[in-house]
Amino acid sequence: MSSYNAFSLFLRMLSATHSFLSSSFMLLFSRQGKLRLQKWYVPLCDKEKKKITRELVQTVLARKPKMCSFLEWRDLKIVYKRYASLYFCCAIEDQDNELITLEIIHRYVELLDKYFGSVCELDIIFNFEKAYFILDEFLLGGEAQETSKKNVLKAIEQADLLQESGGIDEEELEE
Amino acid sequence: MALKIVKGSIDRMFDKNLQDLVRGIRNHKEDEAKYISTCIDEIKQELKQDNIAVKANAVCKLTYLQMLGYDVSWAAFNIVEVMSSSKFTYKRIGYLAASQCFHESTDVIMLTTNQIRKDLSSPNQYDTGVALTGLSCFVTPDLARDLANDIMTLMSHTKPYIRKKAVLIMYKVFLKYPESLRPAFPRLKEKLEDPDPGVQSAAVNVICELARRNPKNYLSLAPLFFKLMTSSTNNWVLIKIIKLFGALTPLEPRLGKKLIEPLTNLIHSTSAMSLLYECVNTVYIDVNTPPLPSLSLSLCLYLSLPPQLCVQKLRILIEDSDQNLKYLGLLAMSKILKTHPKSVQSHKDLILQCLDDKDESIRLRALDLLYGMVSKKNLMEIVKKLMLHVDKAEGTTYRDELLTKIIDICSQSNYQYITNFEWYISILVELTRLEGTRHGHLIASQMLDVAIRVKAIRGFAVAQMATLLDNAHLLTGNMQRMGICEVLYAAAWICGEFSEHLENPMQTLEAMLRPKVATLPGHIQAVYVQNAAKLFATVLKSQEGNTDSTAAQETSQLMIDRLPLFVQSANLEVQERASCILQLVKYIQKLQQKDVEVAEEVSALFAGELNPVAPKAQKKVPVPEGLDLDSWINEPPSESESEDEQPKAIFAKEEPKHSRPRREEVDEKELAKRREARKQEQANNPFYIKASPSSQKVYQEAPGVEHIPVVQIDLSVPLKVPGLPMSDQYVKLEEERRQKERAEKKKKEKKKRKEKRSGRGKKHDSGPESEEDITPAHQVDIVTEEMPENALPSDDDDKDPNDPHKILILHIVKTFVYDIQGNLQDGSQVVVSVIFENKCDSFLKSMEFNVLDSLNSKLQRPEGSGPHDGLTVPFQLPPGVSNEARFVFTVQSIIMPQKLKGTLTFIVKDSSTHEKLDFKLHFTCTSYLITTPCYSDAFAKLLESGDLKCSSVRLEGVNMPFHHLLARICFHHHFSVVERIDSCASMYSRSIQGHHVCLLVKTVSIDAKCDEPTLLGNVLDEIKQTFSQC
Repeated sequence: MSSYNAFSLFLRMLSATHSFLSSSFMLLFSRQGKLRLQKWYVPLCDKEKKKITRELVQTVLARKPKMCSFLEWRDLKIVYKRYASLYFCCAIEDQDNELITLEIIHRYVELLDKYFGSVCELDIIFNFEKAYFILDEFLLGGEAQETSKKNVLKAIEQADLLQESGGIDEEELEE
Repeated sequence: MALKIVKGSIDRMFDKNLQDLVRGIRNHKEDEAKYISTCIDEIKQELKQDNIAVKANAVCKLTYLQMLGYDVSWAAFNIVEVMSSSKFTYKRIGYLAASQCFHESTDVIMLTTNQIRKDLSSPNQYDTGVALTGLSCFVTPDLARDLANDIMTLMSHTKPYIRKKAVLIMYKVFLKYPESLRPAFPRLKEKLEDPDPGVQSAAVNVICELARRNPKNYLSLAPLFFKLMTSSTNNWVLIKIIKLFGALTPLEPRLGKKLIEPLTNLIHSTSAMSLLYECVNTVYIDVNTPPLPSLSLSLCLYLSLPPQLCVQKLRILIEDSDQNLKYLGLLAMSKILKTHPKSVQSHKDLILQCLDDKDESIRLRALDLLYGMVSKKNLMEIVKKLMLHVDKAEGTTYRDELLTKIIDICSQSNYQYITNFEWYISILVELTRLEGTRHGHLIASQMLDVAIRVKAIRGFAVAQMATLLDNAHLLTGNMQRMGICEVLYAAAWICGEFSEHLENPMQTLEAMLRPKVATLPGHIQAVYVQNAAKLFATVLKSQEGNTDSTAAQETSQLMIDRLPLFVQSANLEVQERASCILQLVKYIQKLQQKDVEVAEEVSALFAGELNPVAPKAQKKVPVPEGLDLDSWINEPPSESESEDEQPKAIFAKEEPKHSRPRREEVDEKELAKRREARKQEQANNPFYIKASPSSQKVYQEAPGVEHIPVVQIDLSVPLKVPGLPMSDQYVKLEEERRQKERAEKKKKEKKKRKEKRSGRGKKHDSGPESEEDITPAHQVDIVTEEMPENALPSDDDDKDPNDPHKILILHIVKTFVYDIQGNLQDGSQVVVSVIFENKCDSFLKSMEFNVLDSLNSKLQRPEGSGPHDGLTVPFQLPPGVSNEARFVFTVQSIIMPQKLKGTLTFIVKDSSTHEKLDFKLHFTCTSYLITTPCYSDAFAKLLESGDLKCSSVRLEGVNMPFHHLLARICFHHHFSVVERIDSCASMYSRSIQGHHVCLLVKTVSIDAKCDEPTLLGNVLDEIKQTFSQC
């Protein structure tokens, strides 16, 4: 019963805050079911997030390798794709386009690849904040904000530059 | 100073950074929780320090731990501290942590408003960017209200990087704080033509999302979007725009014409599958989105695009080797099937191919599609294909899915597509051989349903069921197959109830009394015992006809020998039935020994046919006059009586107290219990047709099934119950029969032609077999459920059959009767209830009711639809069925009668053609009157007031008793009698807008007064009309 309540609350929040945006959340997890990255475009409390994550990871991992990338899960459509040992998984609304979501996932993987130079799971584990920064430059509020890979990378590189140099400058200023 | 810095950095050298933490966790796989709790303690220490770098490092680690599922909400304030650092490095981490950890109920969010505002106006675009990104994750209504202006300003920032983010986040702000939409909208609209493509696409995104919530307000932007659509090459933008037009076109049908060309071009030219899929999906399907629930029309009707184009494109998707495209193609196809069944049906081959796909989700999609594609012609073929798959299928879930689908497909709309029930029964029998299925109950209920309702099939069904009973060991032999033994329940009942069709009842009786039956679940045994008694009666009857009386006595002896086994049953029901029947048989035996003929009397026990009862039948029984179901039979005990009265009082005190304990007996719990029991009973009662398929019944394990010696059967060989015909034979037979029929028809036609004109011997090919040509193999009359006399076939229960307002009946393909009734609450509303009755033999669907509005009267349409849109009638009509729909009209002036022209469009299912039916709705002035009682003194006051205008009418040639005349006026024109003196009566009525209408009726004339002379004149005309008709 309580699980049902949590879910109905989740749906209500979805419909109240988020009815049409491209994706509701994005998860990255390993073949062993370990969560590597999570981005929620709907504000949910940790308990609900955990519950949804657990269920979804189980569902996706149970799929056979030859199966298609889409599944209907509760009232959402799940689009997932496996790259090496990592699963990238997006939840979208009923009216959203699965293929474009698949493209978004792919685009994000390409960005990671460019940034880290042939990315592997360990890169994302040890630099998880960087993976988030890239995602935030690419998607905003669940909506693709920049379709040009070049622009995204440029923005990230410049911000990183600012981080390095800015760190030194300001430290000197503090003196 | 310098020392402090040095000291600080030395301290920091010993802190764990994120990498250390991650590594540490990976090295402590066994005691991860313990390790992390020490880490959290360290982090707590670090957060206490002044050094912001240390804090930021700690917060970064916390963010990682949060992802692993640890609660970090206690550090919310520290996160805010790091957010407000002036250094971008730390700010970035702070905002990241906030966007991961904060949600609407995080209270420290309130503290961030000023900090965020400061960051938004920072000269550094990356500070602003980070703040915007963070905000998009945790914006609350308060933040939205306070920061809306700042973000709006950023929409015109010099840097496209900021503009883009600001535009996108504006959508979140609108959702949280809708008041901000109006002032921000002009600027948002400007951004549609921003020189930077990124900003432009962001603006398109936001406006499209807004427009899908409330399309009406965005119609004016259509030209701008049209321009974008024809000029843009960005697929992401195009997809959004197409979605937007999907929402706009139903509101403005003229858009449809303009869109045809660019959309067709896109569909033909694009290489991006995502765009093609969007086109197909939106254009043909997606109009049924939440803002427009009433419009089930697909956009292509507006666009007049041929559905073939899109189905062909989908075929390409489905034929693709990519699983994803295949899946989406099928998904879209199933949506098109609803609106354009014909164009999908021609791709049956492709869908059947998909059943072989290795991906289960694709196979299931294909199955869904098949359900909608069957017709009389292809049902057998499709089911045959499915049966092959059942044999091949691995995994019980998929096989069970196939099984239910086969039954769904065959039984849909009252077995509409089945032409040969013998075939269907044999399919059901074949399905019983499935290993490990959970759906025995489903198969059983189908067998019962068909045998009960299709009279012609009973003989065949009984023969099949008898074979099943004979081979019961095949069904129960394996524990795994227990689910299927439910079928025996149906088999036993059918053999018992229709035992007159049995060829060898004695053999079946023996099969039903085998000792092994005692291993079956209790409820099945009970049916066995009861039906054995029925069979016994039949057997006696046949045996007594012969001269040899010993046979009958032997039968009784058989019963007496075998029944004690059941008398010992642990199941109460079985025990009770068995002992009852055992005693009966013993008594019969005694009589037989005295050479008394008993067969007649025994079979009288089970005489009479059991017919199915419609689930709604009870409701249709009219309540007898004078029976008030709501009144108390016994006065309820007064509330004041205290619950815990001394028990003594109940016996000691006077009479009325006795009602109390009686009522307590029927308390909630007890009622629920009884209800449950009744449900259970109904579920077990084959004569009760359930409103919905009852859920899987879990029966109690029969004790000791494993210990019974069972004949082992090698299950690797597909089981064939000897003597059972295979369904395939029927497919062949049916083919032959149809061919023969066709040949005969041709012959007849030829003959006719010859007779007509013997000179010319022109050869006609009768062409491909059409649906109508297929006649059922044997005339099966599907017994409809029994309805009590007096009941209406109409679906609406509250409808009075003698409704006085039925005015017009159209006898074309379908009839409809309507009734106009004013709405008292609203003086300008009139409700028209229309009863649609389908008088033709075809299934009617997609009915749309439309009326040409006049200035005065308008059909109320749901918000968002245009003034000429029809309303979808919310049901479909099978042949011979009627149903009622209500439509609300707004009427401004009610003083004149009105005629509204309207059309009803619908699709005749078999031919898939659109048909049109024109009608006129006649709003008489009478229909605006509402019967209102009036007392004579109030009536006199009204007449005296002098506000009323006078008019009169003569009734000529009316020769009916005066009370009939009054009754007629009351009945047809909604008046009530105020007073009657001999052959003179005063009557009163009121219009929905409050006009008083007073009549003084005499045998030959009516004098009338009303405060609205035009209305009065019209009402009198209508009254006159009524009497001139009789």
